This record gives sequence, C-alpha cells and structure tokens, in this order.
Amino acid sequence: MTKTAVTFRLNGAETAIFVDGGQNLLDVLRRGVGDLSPKYGCGQGGCGGCSVLVDGTLRLACITLAESVDGASVETAAGLADGPRLHPLQKAFMEGFAAQCGYCTPGMLMAARALLDANPDPAREEVVEAISGNLCRCTGYEPIIDAILAAAADLRGGAAR
Amino acid sequence: MITVETFDTLAAASSAMAGAGSGNRAGAGGSCYMGGGTLVMRAVNYGDGDFSRILRSRDPALLRIEPDGGGVFIGAGATMAAIAGHRETAFLAEAATAVGGPAIRNMATLGGNLFAPPPYGDLSTALLALDARVRTADGQETPMESFFARRRMTGPLVAGVTVPRPEPGVLRFRKVTRVRPKGVSVMAIAVRLPFRSGRLAGVRIAFGAMGPTPVRAKSAESALEGGGLEDARIARAAETLAHDLAPADDALASAWYRQAVAPVHLARLLRSAREG
Ligand SMILES: Cc1cc2nc3c(=O)[nH]c(=O)nc-3n(C[C@H](O)[C@H](O)[C@H](O)COP(=O)(O)OP(=O)(O)OC[C@H]3O[C@@H](n4cnc5c(N)ncnc54)[C@H](O)[C@@H]3O)c2cc1C
Ligand code: FES
Ligand code: FES
Repeated sequence: MTKTAVTFRLNGAETAIFVDGGQNLLDVLRRGVGDLSPKYGCGQGGCGGCSVLVDGTLRLACITLAESVDGASVETAAGLADGPRLHPLQKAFMEGFAAQCGYCTPGMLMAARALLDANPDPAREEVVEAISGNLCRCTGYEPIIDAILAAAADLRGGAAR
Repeated sequence: MITVETFDTLAAASSAMAGAGSGNRAGAGGSCYMGGGTLVMRAVNYGDGDFSRILRSRDPALLRIEPDGGGVFIGAGATMAAIAGHRETAFLAEAATAVGGPAIRNMATLGGNLFAPPPYGDLSTALLALDARVRTADGQETPMESFFARRRMTGPLVAGVTVPRPEPGVLRFRKVTRVRPKGVSVMAIAVRLPFRSGRLAGVRIAFGAMGPTPVRAKSAESALEGGGLEDARIARAAETLAHDLAPADDALASAWYRQAVAPVHLARLLRSAREG
C-alpha cells in the first residue's frame, strides 16, 4: 500500500508520520502518534468525541482525511495543560463535576476551547450551541455548560489581572 | 485499499474523474470526489463506499463567495461556516447554520450538500427556493430544479452555484427536527414570498428530506400565486402538498408521519411570514 508522508504541528511539536490512503486523522493521532486524548465514539461525525482544532478551527478527526492536515497545526486536549498547570477549562470541569466517565471530556474541552477563543463572554445558549455536536451519556450536559461558563469567567478575570 | 489524488484545479480533478470512466462520485465506478469529506470519510471508515480512489482539489476558486451579476457566486468548496459568516451570503445564514453542529459546519461544503442524500440537504433546499443555478467544471449552468431532477453521480464536478439575491425578508426557512439544538431534518422548508403590489408573484416552496432530493411543491406554489397569505389560501396550499412530496421512511420518521405533518409545518411557516 502506498504511504504518504505528512508533517504537521501537534500541540506545538513538529510531527512527521506516514499515513495510509484514506486513513483518518483520529487513527493517525491515536495509533500513529500515540496521542490518546481524542476518542473514537462513532467514526462518522456524530458524537464529537474526536473533536480537535486544525489551524484553530474545530473539526472532527474521525472524518478528516489525515493527509489534508499536512502543514497544519493540530491541537488536542493533551495540549491544554501547561505542564502540571491545568487549563481553566480543565479546572472548571474538574471542580464542577463536568466529567463522569470522562469519555466525552476531551472533545467537549476542544469544542469549548474553540468557542472561548472566538467568544470570551458567551451566553448560555451560545455554549449549548457550541457543544451541540458533542454527545455526553453521563452528565446531562448541565454541569458541562456551567463549567464552560465558569472557565470563561475565569479566563476573562485572568486577562484583566 | 484507497488511493488519494489531489489536484491543483477542479478542472484537472474533473477530467481525471471522467478519464476513469463514467463513475464520478461515491458509489459509482470506483472513483469518488471528496469535498469536506463528512459523508465520504464515513464511507471510507465503514468500508461501504464502493470506491477505491478519492480525488480532491485544492483549487482556491472553490472557496470563493463573491457578487456575480445581480446575485452571488458561491464556490462548491465553501463551508457552511463560511457561508453563514459571509456578508454576501447573509440571506443563507439561517439555512447554513441549520446544518450539523459547529465542527460539521466547519467541514461540510456546499458541493457536498448538493449531493447529500435525505435527510440531508438543508442548505440545498434554500438554494432551490431561490432559483439558484449550478455551475459545473465545464462552465455550464443548470437551474437547480433540473439539476435535482437529474441528479447523477456522474458528469462534470460542480464548481459552485450562482444565487439571485432575494429582497430582505422574502426567504423564510424552517428546519423541523426532533432534537434541539442539533438534529437532522424530519424536513426542511424554504419559501420565497415576493409581493408585487400586494399580491404574491414568483412564489417558491421547497422541501428537503421529503423525497430523494430537495423538491419544489408546485401545487402549493400555484395555490398562493397571485393572492395573499389569507388563512383560506394557506389552508389550500397546505392541502395540496401530498401531490408533490414523496418522503421515505428513515430512523427519524416514517413517510406517513412526514406526509401528515408537512401541511402543518408549511401552514405555520406561512402564517409566521404573514405576521412579519
Ligand atoms: C453528524 C452529521 C450531521 C449532519 N447534519 C446535517 C444537517 O443537519 N443538514 C445537512 O444538510 N447535512 C448534514 N450532514 C451531511 C453533510 O455533512 C452535509 O450535507 C455536507 O454539506 C456534505 O458536504 P461534504 O463537503 O462534507 O461532502 P463530501 O462527504 O465531501 O461529499 C458528499 C458527496 O458529494 C459529492 N461532491 C462533493 N463535492 C462535489 C463537487 N464539487 N462536485 C461534485 N460532487 C461533489 C461527493 O462525491 C460525495 O458523493 C451531516 C453529517 C454528519 C456526519
Ligand atoms: S468518533 Fe468522531 S465524531 Fe464520533
Ligand atoms: S462524562 Fe461520560 S460521556 Fe460525558
């Protein structure tokens, strides 16, 4: 089978890997590079477990052709924390019990990150819309929405200080 | 086993496709063009695509959204997010935003939406109500209605659509779903209601997910044409729908249910248009 060389930045680190024809980005991240933070839920764009940012834009890794990210910057939940310091979103999720089994959490975090990058002061409905492509079977969503709003407030406060 | 070929222009991809025989898209003849890939990659992942070759194009012209005569040209590669966020296509923002969640909208293209099977095709339903024209890689333009009447997975690739700009408030769009805020269509309805000296002239009523492609409900259009939006006329238009719609059963709703509720949703949309 022909392999294609693909290079991209993964959470800031230069990454080079050979991909198979038709291989999706989720598979490349998890099995190729070993970043297990994006999750496989459905493989058809329906659950949001594999949400990542490509050049700052929210995408679903399972339906992204891996070779299409050649030269791009890919960010996953594994890159959110700064060493031992959790990202405000991670902290808010932890403190607000927004993760139960945790399977949806990395995708939720990336969808929330995309929202807050574009809109630091979202209304509740905007948060609901932002995570509308992400399924959670445990929490009933309310703690997740509250955590995102709390993280937004935290980030705004941090910026003002 | 899949090979991927990426071309610099749509024309090159289109002739490579034609060179492969008549097959052209998912499910036809072994080659498949990929736009945003939201549907094509699902088929790759599940191995049920009936193609072994993916063709892509990174033609920058595919991303264009720009004024074109009295309307707007939208490149086939423009995403739902790009269409929803562009000034030139503000009149399509509601329909483009109705598609999927935010990540899907960042990926899903106009070109793919034109070929998406039901219950998909929300944006295409609005384009049909606007009398848009489909421009193919060979430069030909086809009215949306004949494009859908003969929609084939063969033939030249789509370069984009040209859309006459509607007067403000004339286009009304509604997506009927069972899940909020996100959910695929039980049906999508787009109506264009232009008034000329107090009477409707040039009514368009288009339904998505109510047949194999988006369709116009022509009997309902005629019931409204030349008059106003009085209750009796709305009722008459809604009654005629069964002639023009041929929905299928799917996991969301049965064909029977779709037929039964279509008149209710059309009447509601028309009444809300009357109320402004
Ligand atoms: C979770 C999920 C939710 C969705 N929700 C919605 C929804 O609410 N509403 C809706 O309308 N759709 C929805 N879709 C379906 C789909 O994402 C959209 O219809 C989208 O616009 C398809 O575009 P694409 O670029 O991803 O298509 P692709 O997957 O790239 O292609 C789809 C088909 O179109 C053909 N094609 C693409 N571009 C061209 C071209 N330029 N010329 C000729 N043929 C072309 C391809 O060959 C293929 O057969 C959803 C999909 C998923 C996975
Ligand atoms: S695994 Fe990608 S959306 Fe479900
Ligand atoms: S915490 Fe279990 S799926 Fe969301």
